Amino acid sequence: MVVVALAFFAGLGFLFSYLILRNGLVGLVIALAIYVPYSFYSYRYGDRIVLRVSGARPVTHEQEPRLHNIVEGLAIAGGVPKPAVYVVPERAPNAFATGPDPEHSSIAVTQGLLDTMDRVELEGVIGHEMSHIRDRDILLGTVVATLVGSVVLISEFMLRWFFWGGMFGGRSRDNEGGGGGFAVLAVLGIVLAILAPLFAQLIRLAMSRRREYLADAEGVLLTRYPPGLTAALKKIAADTTPMRSANNATAHLWLNQPSRVPGESNHWWESLFSTHPPIQDRIRVLEEM
Amino acid sequence: MIVLWVLLGLVVLLLLYGVLTYNRLVLLRVRTENAWSQIDVQLKRRYDLIPNLLETVKGYAAHERELFEEVARARSVAQAASGVQAQADAENQLTRTLGRLIAVAENYPQLKASENFLALQEELTGTEDKIAFSRQFYNDTVQKLNTLIQRFPASIIAGLGHFTPREFFEIEEPAARGPVSVGF
Repeated sequence: MVVVALAFFAGLGFLFSYLILRNGLVGLVIALAIYVPYSFYSYRYGDRIVLRVSGARPVTHEQEPRLHNIVEGLAIAGGVPKPAVYVVPERAPNAFATGPDPEHSSIAVTQGLLDTMDRVELEGVIGHEMSHIRDRDILLGTVVATLVGSVVLISEFMLRWFFWGGMFGGRSRDNEGGGGGFAVLAVLGIVLAILAPLFAQLIRLAMSRRREYLADAEGVLLTRYPPGLTAALKKIAADTTPMRSANNATAHLWLNQPSRVPGESNHWWESLFSTHPPIQDRIRVLEEM
Repeated sequence: MIVLWVLLGLVVLLLLYGVLTYNRLVLLRVRTENAWSQIDVQLKRRYDLIPNLLETVKGYAAHERELFEEVARARSVAQAASGVQAQADAENQLTRTLGRLIAVAENYPQLKASENFLALQEELTGTEDKIAFSRQFYNDTVQKLNTLIQRFPASIIAGLGHFTPREFFEIEEPAARGPVSVGF
């Protein structure tokens, strides 16, 4: 998936720069020059930003003994170091994990989750998050998210260039020759510049949904008790408390997609644009285990 | 000449396989040892919690003396046990008596409401979960190691490196043991 996304991104850079400079390689280099530092930065410091944006606060063992015991237990079960533990002051039950690798990871849960879940349910939720940490899903998510960001950036630039270039500087380039072939490529470029960000988003979302199913399955492998996570997901599905700190930039991180408006409808096209599979489908898959 | 190159290639491939398998075996052995010491850490934590727990329960339910002695005895037996099987048996016994202690505590409303007892109960539950999880991780790792040691051709490398299968840390599940009687 990442390879496909990277190839797509490199091809896009190549085509666009061919259209502008008549030299694909330069564009490829520029594309990489944008992408590599960008993704390294978000890889290394993304977790701190995410924790701050969501308003998460670190808690000690004395403040939340149950949560700390469960996180430590599942870290032992997964053979990874114990992640830092945070609580988000939100009433909606939800949780997320972040951090570049298992050695520098954090798990954050909302106050609502602590208040509504019993021990086995909380264990199910933390097991899911621990699987994200063990699989380095956060790294994968970051890499893909920055990739999408870069595609959007480049496409935006491309469209602007077509627009202004067409008005002022377009003539001289056309006279250089190429003619019909170049025009076809240019049209293709414009179409791609419009569609690329959309496709990139769809790839990211499809991948995010797959990883959720995987984390459900592996989390249950850690707790050895599928009904725990099932019960937790059912409670979350029944809860309609909106989340204040919900936004598109962090939606993919949470255990379940946070919603601003309670009782949203479920059209088929909505599932294309969501970061998580429908919660009912996740429950069904777990119950079949 | 070509035959020579092919032979040389085969030897290199074999060596590569040997080295990779050997490293995998070493990794699994180290991980098994780490997992075992993790169980140890959690078991010690439980030993440390027991005197506190007994002290607290005594304050509210003084006449359950027999049970207190039983818990204390089970604790010292478990602490002294050595070897995977003996340790497992002693720990199962300790878990059972502790379970009875908590069950008895349920009969004393004042004790159940005491903050100190609730905190100790949380720590005990948390620690017993961690014992279970560390045992699970240990057994998973032992299974991987044992499978690799016994599977051909990795078994040859394991034999050369003196890798031996490890013992599982067995848990006692009363319902799962012995013949099951089914009534129709």
